Amino acid sequence: MSFLDDFFIRAVLAGIGVGLAAAPLGCFVVWRKMAYFGDATAHAAILGVAFSLAFEFHIFGGALVISLIMALLVSSLSEKGYSSDTLLGVMAHSTLAFGLVWVSLLSHVRVDLMSYLFGDILAVTRFDLMVVWLCAASCLSLLWWRWSSLLTVTVNSDLAYASGISPKREQLILSLALALVVAMAIKVVGVLLITSMLIIPASAARPLSNTPEKMAILAIVISALSVVLGLHFSYLFDTPSGPTIVCVATMFFLASAMYGALRRL
Amino acid sequence: MSNLSQQNVLTLDKVSVKAQGRQILKNISLTLKRGEIVTVVGPNGSGKSTLLKTIIGANQPSSGSMRHAKKIRIGYVPQKLHIDYTLPLTVRRFLSLPVKVSDSAVHEALQAAGAGHLCARQMSQLSGGQFQRVLLARALLCKPDLLLLDEATQGLDQPGSAEFYRQIEKLRQELDCAILMVSHELHVVMSASDRVICLNGHVCCEGAPEQVASAPQYQALFGSGTQGALALYRHEHTHSHDHLDKMPCGEECSHGRELS
Repeated sequence: MSFLDDFFIRAVLAGIGVGLAAAPLGCFVVWRKMAYFGDATAHAAILGVAFSLAFEFHIFGGALVISLIMALLVSSLSEKGYSSDTLLGVMAHSTLAFGLVWVSLLSHVRVDLMSYLFGDILAVTRFDLMVVWLCAASCLSLLWWRWSSLLTVTVNSDLAYASGISPKREQLILSLALALVVAMAIKVVGVLLITSMLIIPASAARPLSNTPEKMAILAIVISALSVVLGLHFSYLFDTPSGPTIVCVATMFFLASAMYGALRRL
Repeated sequence: MSNLSQQNVLTLDKVSVKAQGRQILKNISLTLKRGEIVTVVGPNGSGKSTLLKTIIGANQPSSGSMRHAKKIRIGYVPQKLHIDYTLPLTVRRFLSLPVKVSDSAVHEALQAAGAGHLCARQMSQLSGGQFQRVLLARALLCKPDLLLLDEATQGLDQPGSAEFYRQIEKLRQELDCAILMVSHELHVVMSASDRVICLNGHVCCEGAPEQVASAPQYQALFGSGTQGALALYRHEHTHSHDHLDKMPCGEECSHGRELS
């Protein structure tokens, strides 16, 4: 018997693990106005799930690969000036639709699609937990390593060029981090709600922060609190866990937005 | 000119730049030496900003070559910069991007730029002039070998602008750096630069400020009289700006030839 035997503890740890990576990455998504970019990458993961089921691949691997391809595709298109809302919207929703259709055509598998769309955090295994924390660790190290360069590019790409930083390379780093977060978050909140784990804690942290670093750390704290409280409420009221976590995060966002508005009066 | 080392910091050799199929710069050759202040003048749309962006590496030349001394530090003040509210960034933190700098250096640079009281303010809440002063402080802080200023004093009041050019002069003496600036203030160009390059997609003429001011190519672009100061004003408000199609400097234009 160990403490990881309890499914509830595993769920809490998995949720916190996702938040640890998603919250600071989400800050960049907010600063760089990449929310739709996040949606496109996350929705493409369902295509990855279909791919994994069809070829009997591990779900995580398939989702990671397809999300990464999608992230690279979207970032190269936006570099060429195609960054229209329309194109991103088409890609986000069409990959989702094709993924869903593909899964339904697979006659040899009977899966509960809901668990991929909205997550199944209470069914997280020890192996899933290990994957989540490994991904969180790699994503965090990536952000830590490139922090200063990423921030400079976010402020202004010409200032970055002048300091010898390549905006293209930093965009690539962000795409890679995004694909990692999407792949690890499928089980926890599901593809439809991944973007919310990116942008809601980050936006909630904004009115309470005066530097980018404080915003990233606060976003992690808010995200962890949302996971703990959200799981608790979902247990109390028998509601789906992923959506409940997102609801709690949104409450934090509203409270912090109100605080920000009051302070500016 | 500086009597210190005459080492070349940057050399452009017949550099051309295209953007969206349109030729912006054509056969630009120029050399910048240490301790030299060079100003680029030219009408709107003549490629001044593109030239600076090519030097920092944001634009790739479609032909020609660019060489600079190894590991030079480039200071760059862009023409426009917007920092969104979603990014919480104090002036102090902004000045430490991407390289950390000490509190005392920050204090000194902000004082020099006339922005000493702004240290703890949010970048997104600064006025245009304050923002520009902070950008200047950042450029002073990086102790550059090559300083590129794209209309760096726009939005500054007159004393602020004068103080800025005093700082630039001091910086040139202290660091022996090369300074390339784009300016619309012709009186500044005339007093502060060692060399003036008149740009209009190509180099129309270049040389010492007095020589350029009296060159026919320059006068064709900016008109004559009042040392060019009023002429610039007239030019900007009475001419069409699509100069790449119809070169106003005419057939006699000495493409890139240095005036002797």
